[in-house]
Amino acid sequence: MERFAALLDALVFTRSRNAKLALIARYLRETPDPDRGWALAALTDGLDFPAVKAGTIRALMAERVDPVLWTLSRDYVGDTAEAASLLWPAPDHSAPDHSGPDHDVMPAPGVSEAVEILRATSRSTAPAALAGLLDRLDANGRYALLKLATGAMRIGISARLAKVAFADAFGVPVDLVEEYWHGQEPPYRPLFAWAADGAPPPRTDDRPLFRPFMLAHPLEDGVAIDLESFAAEWKWDGIRVQIVHAATDQGGETRVYSRGGDDISSTFPEVAGALGEPAVLDGELLVRGAHQGGETGGAASFNALQQRLGRKTVSKRMLEDFPAFVRLYDALVIGGEDLRDLPWTDRRARLEAFLPRLDPARFDISTLIAVRDFAELADVRARAREDAIEGVMLKRRDSPYVAGRRTGLWYKWKRDPLRIDCVLMYAQRGSGKRSSFYSDFTFGCWDGDPDAGADLLPVGKAYFGFTDAELKWLDSHVRQHTVNRFGPVRETDRSLVLEVAFDSVHASKRHKSGVAMRFPRISRIRADKPAHEADRLDTLKAMIVDPVR
Amino acid sequence: MAEDFSWIRPEPAGLRIVPADVWIDPARAVGTALVTHGHADHARGGHGRTIATPETLAIMALRYGVTEGAFPAPLHAPITLPGGVTATFVPAGHVLGSAQILLEHAGERVVVTGDYKRRPDPTCPPFAVTPCDLFITEATFGLPVFRHPPIGQEIARLLAARAAQPDRCVLVGAYALGKAQRVIAELRAAGFHDPLWLHGAMERICRLYEEQGVPLGDLRLVSDAPKGALAGAIVLCPPSALNDRWSRRLPDPLTAMASGWMRVRQRARQRNVELPLIISDHADWDELTATIAQVNPAETWITHGREEALLRWCELHQRKARALALVGYEDEDD
Ligand SMILES: [Zn+2]
Ligand SMILES: [Zn+2]
Repeated sequence: MERFAALLDALVFTRSRNAKLALIARYLRETPDPDRGWALAALTDGLDFPAVKAGTIRALMAERVDPVLWTLSRDYVGDTAEAASLLWPAPDHSAPDHSGPDHDVMPAPGVSEAVEILRATSRSTAPAALAGLLDRLDANGRYALLKLATGAMRIGISARLAKVAFADAFGVPVDLVEEYWHGQEPPYRPLFAWAADGAPPPRTDDRPLFRPFMLAHPLEDGVAIDLESFAAEWKWDGIRVQIVHAATDQGGETRVYSRGGDDISSTFPEVAGALGEPAVLDGELLVRGAHQGGETGGAASFNALQQRLGRKTVSKRMLEDFPAFVRLYDALVIGGEDLRDLPWTDRRARLEAFLPRLDPARFDISTLIAVRDFAELADVRARAREDAIEGVMLKRRDSPYVAGRRTGLWYKWKRDPLRIDCVLMYAQRGSGKRSSFYSDFTFGCWDGDPDAGADLLPVGKAYFGFTDAELKWLDSHVRQHTVNRFGPVRETDRSLVLEVAFDSVHASKRHKSGVAMRFPRISRIRADKPAHEADRLDTLKAMIVDPVR
Repeated sequence: MAEDFSWIRPEPAGLRIVPADVWIDPARAVGTALVTHGHADHARGGHGRTIATPETLAIMALRYGVTEGAFPAPLHAPITLPGGVTATFVPAGHVLGSAQILLEHAGERVVVTGDYKRRPDPTCPPFAVTPCDLFITEATFGLPVFRHPPIGQEIARLLAARAAQPDRCVLVGAYALGKAQRVIAELRAAGFHDPLWLHGAMERICRLYEEQGVPLGDLRLVSDAPKGALAGAIVLCPPSALNDRWSRRLPDPLTAMASGWMRVRQRARQRNVELPLIISDHADWDELTATIAQVNPAETWITHGREEALLRWCELHQRKARALALVGYEDEDD
């Protein structure tokens, strides 16, 4: 626990993303299994002990510490776990009936010993088990244990950052880490065996696992694309999903994954239930547009889809009013065969051949745009009026399906260029009737490649554009993801992507980012999108209209 | 009961010893002041007469130009004041020259601690427990979350951080009077004899410590450093200079700060500290409460700090106590 506690503290006090990556990588290299696996799970919120909650800590403290002293301390420190770690009485000072044998000579528990003890507890045995562990640790160890036990690290380490650190630690590609990670449970022994010791990678075909998405670069203005080597298709305005079916011991399992690899199958059961053959398909999840202004039978606006997002259970009414379907873009695996190394043309042919075997109510295919040349495409794009069209995609005909954003293969050409995906960094309370809400948001773009250590730079502030319901949601997001407080301002853990719309952007010497946006507003909450895929500052700078001013 | 210890009175400007018409650590200029130690919030200039230990007077002369009306009070030697009051300066273990003041009058004994600590400090004699009827104590770290680790552990962390990143320098923010010299003396005691580099504001006070018999080893000024000399070095500066333009001349400094406040992670983060060193010249919670128990006074008054929690502790232990809430004492950087 001492090493893990030291890592946690170092991460708390380290600001630079690169330095954080180096700290985690070193810990992973130098710590044996299974400690490092449990630690990794703890850092990435992959650990959950249902029997241990923040209330467990409060109850333990209430038994040992005067309530007035506890409240004063808790309020001063501002964090229950930290206050408890500092205030925990040494075992020999505690209650006089404390007569456990050899209680103060037991050595400090390691991470895996602590995890095993906590996993074996029930609600009724958890307090005593936790107390026994706390008695064996010093203040920093107690802090680490309580953070690990309650699963609320709040130290601004995203799962992505941890995966990049893992890749750095052992010199393996981060895309493969993403792919193999998904089927693994803590403490990830097969993952470490593969990365650290050169063992074969964990199997991926016997479970419905997520594969990292292939992503597109924004097409810069004035760049023309040769349609001989690129195919054009519509970019639909839903959420990008991957639908995976694998044959398993139980017969078969299907999962629907969002961009970040979150399992959203239970939110869209009608889609998850519609794929019954081994396949991994890439597409856009949309709802039928009989409502919300879309054409009958076609795709509705993103607003309609929004009704379905974020729900754990779905009512029958919802299924009827907002029926979901997937508009397919690509196929990664069909019938157990991995197609990702094939050129796009071949994958497209395989997908078209596979389509008739799918339920047409739940799956269709994103049609290609038939145009002669790029000028005609620009014209078609400009005239596209359908609500559910976000723009145009250009895909190199010979491109393999590779994870992440690879230069020169895929381009997205959004219809309205003045929208950008930013990451929420700070929030401030509003005024007047909004004074109880965090309603003024500061957001940033990546100053380079986040996986290579680039940081976020604030690019603007917005306090409108959202509905009352969205404001409530944002407010509670801010409260649950606070990592730091400065008076009325909270710093968040930089996990939430916000699509920001704005009228124009200008060069500015007054801002550290070098840009100033005019009338930025929150146009959409992109909880489905991982933060490291938000836009880069260069994308925003490319939209500057008067760079010489 | 309100008449108990009526000869000593908390007033907005400080503690007043009524029959002698003298004040302890007054916040404004008075006729006669007894000064516990040289920190700015306790030692102010402009008094008609200043009675303090010779070391504190030397510090006040250097820092505040106090030379007129300075009366040295050697430790443990009773001084007779008007009105039948005797004052004795007793070591407080806080910084060089720091003292508690024992006051005796009409058969009652009162101890005013000023600031104090109980840990060993190579730069000053240790706190002396002095039994009394009324104990007037500080409570800077008067919350049970404050338990300072052993200083050796923190010095070891500082040296380990330096060794781990030889291309950077470690910049340690430390209160210029007391904390800086203690950190230097502890580094020397730990066997670190490389030159230590100082911010200009620390030079004279370090020299004064050496003149007073506290050896600090090879000290040099950052402004005199040849190019490249500071990589892998330890540099000390006042906390206010940590994030100041001054620190830009240093090679990629790792920002450390030596303070009891560093116990709370949020406080360290707010100051952009990367290496918080929990080193304090004040008593921690366990020491504050243990000291009250040892001194065992009939009554305890609390001058400044987080008095609420200490009051609660006294209540839980059936000890009579009150908070004076004296203004003007600040120990934000201790
Ligand atoms: Zn002081
Ligand atoms: Zn003080």
